[in-house]
This record gives sequence, structure tokens and C-alpha cells, in this order.
Amino acid sequence: MRALTWHGKHDVRVDTVDDPEILNPRDAIIKITATAICGSDLHLYDGYIPTMKAGDILGHEFMGEVVETGAQSTLAKGQRVVVPFTIACGSCYHCGKHQYSACDNGNPADNQDIGMELYGQPMSGLFGYSHLTGGYAGGQAEYVRVPFSDVGPIVIPDGLDDEEVLFLSDILPTGWQAAENADIEPGDTVAVWGCGPVGLFAVQSAFLMGAARVIAIDHFPHRLELAKRFGAETINFEETKTYEALVEMTGGIGPDAVIDAVGLEAHGFFVDNVVDQIKASLMLGTDRIHSIRQAIVACRKGGRVSMPAVYGGIVDKFPLGAFMEKGLTLKTGQTSVQHYMPALLNAIVEGKIDTTFLISHRMGLEDAPKGYKMFHDNQNEVTKVVLKPGFTDTAIAAE
Amino acid sequence: MATVKDDSPIITDKSQATRDADNGTGEQIKGETLIGRTVTINRPRAELYAYWRDFAQLPTFMDNVERVDVLSPTRSHWVVKGPAGTSVEWDADIIEEREGELIAWASAENADVPNSGRIAFRDAGDRGTIVTATIVYDPPAGLVGKLIAKMFQREPAIQARRDLRRFKQLMEAGEIATSSRTRKQLEEEKA
Ligand SMILES: NC(=O)c1ccc[n+]([C@@H]2O[C@H](COP(=O)([O-])OP(=O)(O)OC[C@H]3O[C@@H](n4cnc5c(N)ncnc54)[C@H](O)[C@@H]3O)[C@@H](O)[C@H]2O)c1
Ligand SMILES: [Zn+2]
Ligand SMILES: [Zn+2]
Repeated sequence: MRALTWHGKHDVRVDTVDDPEILNPRDAIIKITATAICGSDLHLYDGYIPTMKAGDILGHEFMGEVVETGAQSTLAKGQRVVVPFTIACGSCYHCGKHQYSACDNGNPADNQDIGMELYGQPMSGLFGYSHLTGGYAGGQAEYVRVPFSDVGPIVIPDGLDDEEVLFLSDILPTGWQAAENADIEPGDTVAVWGCGPVGLFAVQSAFLMGAARVIAIDHFPHRLELAKRFGAETINFEETKTYEALVEMTGGIGPDAVIDAVGLEAHGFFVDNVVDQIKASLMLGTDRIHSIRQAIVACRKGGRVSMPAVYGGIVDKFPLGAFMEKGLTLKTGQTSVQHYMPALLNAIVEGKIDTTFLISHRMGLEDAPKGYKMFHDNQNEVTKVVLKPGFTDTAIAAE
Repeated sequence: MATVKDDSPIITDKSQATRDADNGTGEQIKGETLIGRTVTINRPRAELYAYWRDFAQLPTFMDNVERVDVLSPTRSHWVVKGPAGTSVEWDADIIEEREGELIAWASAENADVPNSGRIAFRDAGDRGTIVTATIVYDPPAGLVGKLIAKMFQREPAIQARRDLRRFKQLMEAGEIATSSRTRKQLEEEKA
């Protein structure tokens, strides 16, 4: 089959590799019909995530048709499914608590040592996201092997287009969990850093959870426009000082909840960010944490901090004092996708959540390297790239 | 060594030889090289005990054990992988057994590498069962002994830890997780 493989920083290629096979009773093989490039993939593309190996197949947002099933799979050939990016067994203690992204058994035993070393506990398994999280082949390919197929994939009813449901695999539940982690109370003002897919879904979710106001922060005009479409007020941090603007906009109180949907590659010419970038280039640290610093400083006293954004390492100048003195609460984590999928599928069916607005580009799998480059170089216009194996119109179809 | 009250690993290496270790049941074991590890498994104690008690099933999750033949209710024959396609074999006897709680075994007298192991099971309320594995072995002197010791020390602490994780996966999820994509990759990984 053909698959998008990682070979190093800014070097991804479409290679021919062996087809996946059923290896465990609960496995299923899915023929990919649609898969997306994620902001998290850019962290891999930019070489920020350790334990990548040349030839690793990327992609953790995907869906398709069931073409083969193991003896214990509950799926049937021909079904259309969306697959969660978190690989969870459904039967360990954490899965029992619906903490699917903390599953004990998704990550192969030999891969768990790295997480023990780095984080004190093994990480769970994720598709296409380095060997720290299992080394599983991802779904930016023609086919993918899906373990625990009786627990993860959700069957999609007829009549729904791929593009409407694809984001159930990651970013929609991630935006939703981000809002849920902000413990929003009716009437709250919520500030969201980052108007990428995660931030934009967090904006929508925050309103659905009762936020009176959502303030979205970014520097890309087009992305800020999308946030406005859902009723958010916006701050362009290149034109306005974010902290000062937030203080003014909230009558001096500060936002009740803050959401960092930026991540370890924060943009912008801020003093702390520049220091982080120099350190990263000297291998003294990897994460640029400007957005979470700013969110903590801007948050009101006794407020909540939600951090869907991905970080990987040990960081400097974390505003621990502000965090403590203001009595803040922080919630974060990889998304427990399986927990949110059924309700969010319903919300899509009922038209409560809009998903397709996000897709700016569609292309064939063969064009995936171009898709990465575009998503990396032009974040203003390229909000989401969806790859469809066999997509013939190679002329890039902008919306 | 203090009584183990949590999941922290008890791992000692040769430099800490003959150190006593608690196996999680309040009993002491002495040995040349000792590897211990505790894991909590979300299954009933009796079920875990029953699986382990059938030694022929151990190779399913013990990666370096090729085969265990059960010769009698207490005696078994172990075939363990060595480097470059070699293998080492010995007979082992169950030396202590408490239904649902504990199994201890030791190699028979003439084994090349005297070794022993024990596995203990304790209730952990709604979290299932706390399983503690302890393996002790005593590499002989001399060149052959060195070779064999080297083989055993194919990162034995890591091996034990990974074996226990695989046992957990098998018991909780019904299968052992692999990120291989093809059968061929899976076999290469196991080799
Ligand atoms: N927790 C999870 O399970 C999970 C799942 C998916 C993605 N993520 C993470 O969420 C984050 C966002 O993902 P995405 O797909 O939306 O990424 P993205 O790269 O498309 O979006 C990030 C946005 O942040 C903006 N930004 C950069 N610096 C900023 C700053 N200083 N202030 C405000 N905005 C700034 C960028 O302009 C961009 O629009 C990433 O870190 C990603 O890895 C986490
Ligand atoms: Zn993603
Ligand atoms: Zn689990």
C-alpha cells in the first residue's frame, strides 16, 4: 500500500510499504477513505517529538471502511467507522473510569519504559505518534491496522458525509474536552489561545456549555474570522497586547477560564518565547510555552486553566507564583476520545456542531507531503487539510 | 529492605548482591541477583493465580521463555532462549504453593544456572489484584557461567518488568498489545 512516512525534520514522503494484517483477535483492518493532518502532526514534522524513527507512518485522524476483522472484533466488513486516535483496551482500571487516554494496555510492553523514564508512568498508545506512545502505524495511508476495534471505532450512520464526521477522531472531542476541563459556569467569559482546529472547536463547545462570552486569540486574520463566525470576540496579538486587552474586556476581572490551544510551538516575538526558541535550538529544552504562561497570568483569581495543547518536556519560567497565589486549577491531557464520540456524533446529526467549516484543502494521499508543507507554511489560509486516497483532482481544491 | 507498600519496583543488581528483598507477602528471599516487580491487574485474584499455575502458559507472555513442559503437578521443564539461537534448559520444582496467593519454584539440583522465582497475588479492592514477581538466580563461576549469566542478564530486570506488563495485558485485554503492522514484523520483534 501507499503511506505517508516520516524521515526527519520537514521530510515526509509517500512510500510503498507492506499492507497491514490482522495480528490480534480484537483487530480490524480499515481501508482509509479520509484522513486529516493535525497541528500535532506539525510537532512531528518540525522534529519536536522524540522517539520518531525513519519510515514511521503518520496520521491519527482517520476513518474508513472495515475490510477485515479479527475473531473478537465486533465490527462487520463494509461498515464505515471513525477511529479514535487514542488506543484503549476498554477493560483496565483507567478505561473503566473512561480515562481512555490513560489506558494501561494500549502501548506495547517494550515501549512503556520510555514513558516511565520521561514521565514516571508509561504513556498510552496513540496512532502515528512516535514510539513513546507505542510506535503504531498511523492512518495517512491506504489501510491501517486498528487494535481493540470492539472498543474504539464508532460506526457512522448512512447519510453522513466523511467530512462531517472525520473530526470525531481527535480535534472535535479535543476541543470539547478542553471546554469541559474549563468547568464553565453559565455567564462565564472564556479566553481561548489559538484559533487552530482545536481552539475553534473549543470556542464552539464553550458556547454550548453556557459561556456568555468567548474571546479568541491568534494572529492569523482568517482564523480569527472563523472564530468570529461562532460568536467569539477576538484579539489579534500582533496588533493588540493580549493581557491588557483581556483586562479591559473583562472589566478588570480577567477571564473566568482560560484555554491554551496553542502548544509547544507558540509563535510571536515575545521575550520569553525568544529565549525558549534559542534554548530549543541549543537542545537545552524543547517546548515554547508562551501561551500557557500568558493564559495563567491573564486568568482571574480562582479561575480555571484548561490545556489541550501538547507539551513534551521540562519547561522554564512557568509562572508558578501566579498559579498558586491566584488559586488556579489546571486540567489537561490527551483526549479520552472514546468517551466523547457517541454524544458528539449525535450533536453532529442534530446539527448542533458545525465541523466542515474547518476544511480548507482536500487532496489525494500522494500529495500529502505538499499538504504538510502548506499547512506548515501558510497557517492563515490552510486551516485543515483532508487527504483522501484516490482523490483525483490533484489541483488543490480550496474552498 | 522495607516492606513494599506501593507499586515501586524492587530491583537490585549484582552490585547489591545478597540484599534481602521483600516479595510483597512479608516473606524474605535471599539471592545472588534478584529482580522484583509489582503490577496491579484489574482481574480477580483466583483467575490470575489459575492462569499462572499452568506453567505451560507462561511462554505466552514471557518473551525469553520458549517452552515449559509440565512433567508432574510440581515438576516442570523450562527451555529458555539464549543469544544466537542457543537455548538453556532445566527442571524446576514448585517448592511452595498457597491456593490463590502464592507460587514459588526453584530449579532442580543440577541446573546450570540455579534460579528460583515466586509470584504473589494480593487483593486490591476494586482495582483488582496486586501481583508481585520475584526472580532470583545464581550464575556459576567460570567461562560457561559467564556466558550463561550474560544470557540471563539480557536486561533481566527489564525483561521481568515487561513480562509482567504482558501478563497484565493478556489478563485485562485478552491479548498482548503489539504495534507491528505485519506478521513478519511481529515475528522479528519476538525473535
Ligand atoms: N490534547 C490532545 O489530545 C490534543 C489533540 C489534538 C491536538 N492537540 C494539540 O492542540 C494544539 C493545537 O492544535 P491545532 O491542530 O489547533 O494546531 P494549529 O497549529 O493548527 O493551531 C495553533 C494556533 O495557535 C496560534 N498561535 C501560535 N502562537 C500563539 C500565541 N502566542 N498566542 C495565541 N495563538 C497562538 C497559531 O497561529 C495557530 O493558529 C497543538 O499543540 C496540538 O498538538 C492536543
Ligand atoms: Zn490530531
Ligand atoms: Zn485500558
